[in-house]
Amino acid sequence: MFLAVTAASAAGWIVRDWGAEAGVSYAPPGFLGAQTRSSASVERDRGTAGKQDDYGIVDPLAPDLAEIAKTLSGRSSSQARAPTLAFGGDKWGRDVLKKAVKGTQTSLFVGLAAALLATFLGTLLGAQAGYYGGWVDDVLNWFYGVFTSIPYLLLVLAIAAVLNEKGATTVILILGLTGWTGIFRLVRAEYLKHRVREYVLAADAVGASGMRRMFVHILPNVSHVILVQLSLHVVAFIKLEVILSFLGFGVGVDTVSWGSMLAESATELLLGKWWQLAAATLAMALLVTAFSLFTDALRDALDPRLK
Amino acid sequence: MTAYVVRRVWQFFPTLGGVVLLVFFLFNWVGGDPAYLLVGKIPSPERIEEIRRGLGVDQPYVVQLWIFVKQIASADFGASWATNERVSHIFATRLGPSLTVLLPLLVVSTALSMVAAMLVAYVRGSLTDRAIMVGCTVGQSISILVYILALQYLLAYRLGWFPVQGWGSTLGENLWRYSALPILVGVIVSLAPDIRLYRSFFLDEINQDYVRTARAKGLGEGRVMGIHVLRNAAIPIVTNVMIQLPGLLAGAFLIERFFSIPGIGREVILAVERSDFPVIKAVTVYVAVATMAVNLAADLIYRTLDPRVRLD
Repeated sequence: MFLAVTAASAAGWIVRDWGAEAGVSYAPPGFLGAQTRSSASVERDRGTAGKQDDYGIVDPLAPDLAEIAKTLSGRSSSQARAPTLAFGGDKWGRDVLKKAVKGTQTSLFVGLAAALLATFLGTLLGAQAGYYGGWVDDVLNWFYGVFTSIPYLLLVLAIAAVLNEKGATTVILILGLTGWTGIFRLVRAEYLKHRVREYVLAADAVGASGMRRMFVHILPNVSHVILVQLSLHVVAFIKLEVILSFLGFGVGVDTVSWGSMLAESATELLLGKWWQLAAATLAMALLVTAFSLFTDALRDALDPRLK
Repeated sequence: MTAYVVRRVWQFFPTLGGVVLLVFFLFNWVGGDPAYLLVGKIPSPERIEEIRRGLGVDQPYVVQLWIFVKQIASADFGASWATNERVSHIFATRLGPSLTVLLPLLVVSTALSMVAAMLVAYVRGSLTDRAIMVGCTVGQSISILVYILALQYLLAYRLGWFPVQGWGSTLGENLWRYSALPILVGVIVSLAPDIRLYRSFFLDEINQDYVRTARAKGLGEGRVMGIHVLRNAAIPIVTNVMIQLPGLLAGAFLIERFFSIPGIGREVILAVERSDFPVIKAVTVYVAVATMAVNLAADLIYRTLDPRVRLD
């Protein structure tokens, strides 16, 4: 079991490392060309254009023209235009492998931040509802009912439509503010269970305040549930972020995301270029599987019933 | 029992009220001035004022809320901002195609996942079990988008087995030709999480004493699993399916959009892309009502299927 935890977390770790590295090395879309229609054909044209027969007449403007051509393409052709990239390039010549790795960073960041927000909200509200009961519980349950009556994806899309503004912060806010419901229900149930246990009554007898009892005494005993939910939600939010980015409501245009890669690959497939789809799918599958395995191992390790 | 039903129906209203408030808050307050969205390319102050008066957004919030409530009560949300089609007409015409895809999808995927989950639970702990579980985990991690794209490309575009997208004009044509690939994609996507979930339900049942008793009585494995275990495991499965229903309706968005099926999900995505608030508001409210009704029905059916359950 231990091995499972370490192996799974190693998988999670490795992918996380990739994300961190990519953050440093990813350059703005350098036109490294290759495997793309536009740049490859342009190179070919420019190559063959100079082989004309000049009938022995020297072109007086040739050297100047050559110089102009060189300065025009000077910036981009100073980097070697590799004919093939490790995983191919996309329409503008950006390296797909780097995009996939950078996308990892985006997804992890958005997924983690949103999950943290949702968990924080869910725990806070769940604790209040479960611990105090009475009208606080009723009000919060009403709130919960309202949010769960609307199918999740619909709610997310509706908020996205209203906010109408892209960017990672928006996505994190949307996902976090709608995803707290599952955690709320679980935390509330746990608090209901715990608040009548002896150690809580003892703390009350000693004079601990309500807040202190809630967070210092009960919370550590509930934390195993919360941790597992946190990592489940990271997975769910990563998948949602991809869908949002695909539809165009996610991160901005200049941030790489797997969703936008998938969106581009939809049209590329028709041209027979499958590598962006493959790269994005592989990267996503790896990260989500690693995280899911990690969650399963975490749940097995932390579940007090199995000890 | 009647008391329970009455109590649950009575609880509808505060929740519905909350939903109405939430939708109202989102669209009329946070959403900003819709007149700018509708005014077109050459906005002039008079034109903007005209539109605002027509939409009723220049009135105080309380009045707007009252208008919204009236709209819900009369089930008439006005016309779509983009196409000027009446929202009720949009619903009436789009519900059919949505159901043509969703109902077969539900039936097929539930049947398949149940059978698969039962078999997997039966060989629990073996290599097959673990392999299939890992397979499901990996399958779940691939986004639905990839399945749609890949299958559309391979099966429809390359091999030509199905039309890539579109919708026909008769029920027969729609059901067999155009729904086939969407249903296939939907089944594949929902198989993985469903198998995992149903497997846990089956496992709960298989370890019960009555299974041991049945075997001791001499019943064959087929009868034990297929009749006794299945009947008990079906209870949570059925309730799970019912609870997923409203979400399924709204969640078929992506499938409908990419296969160009003129259903409700596609309308919603189009409305979101065009910031077409009446449609989005109407759908949200309707689906919320449907969700509450279905949850109540699911609880009642749970009670009928499993007499041991007490509902209060």
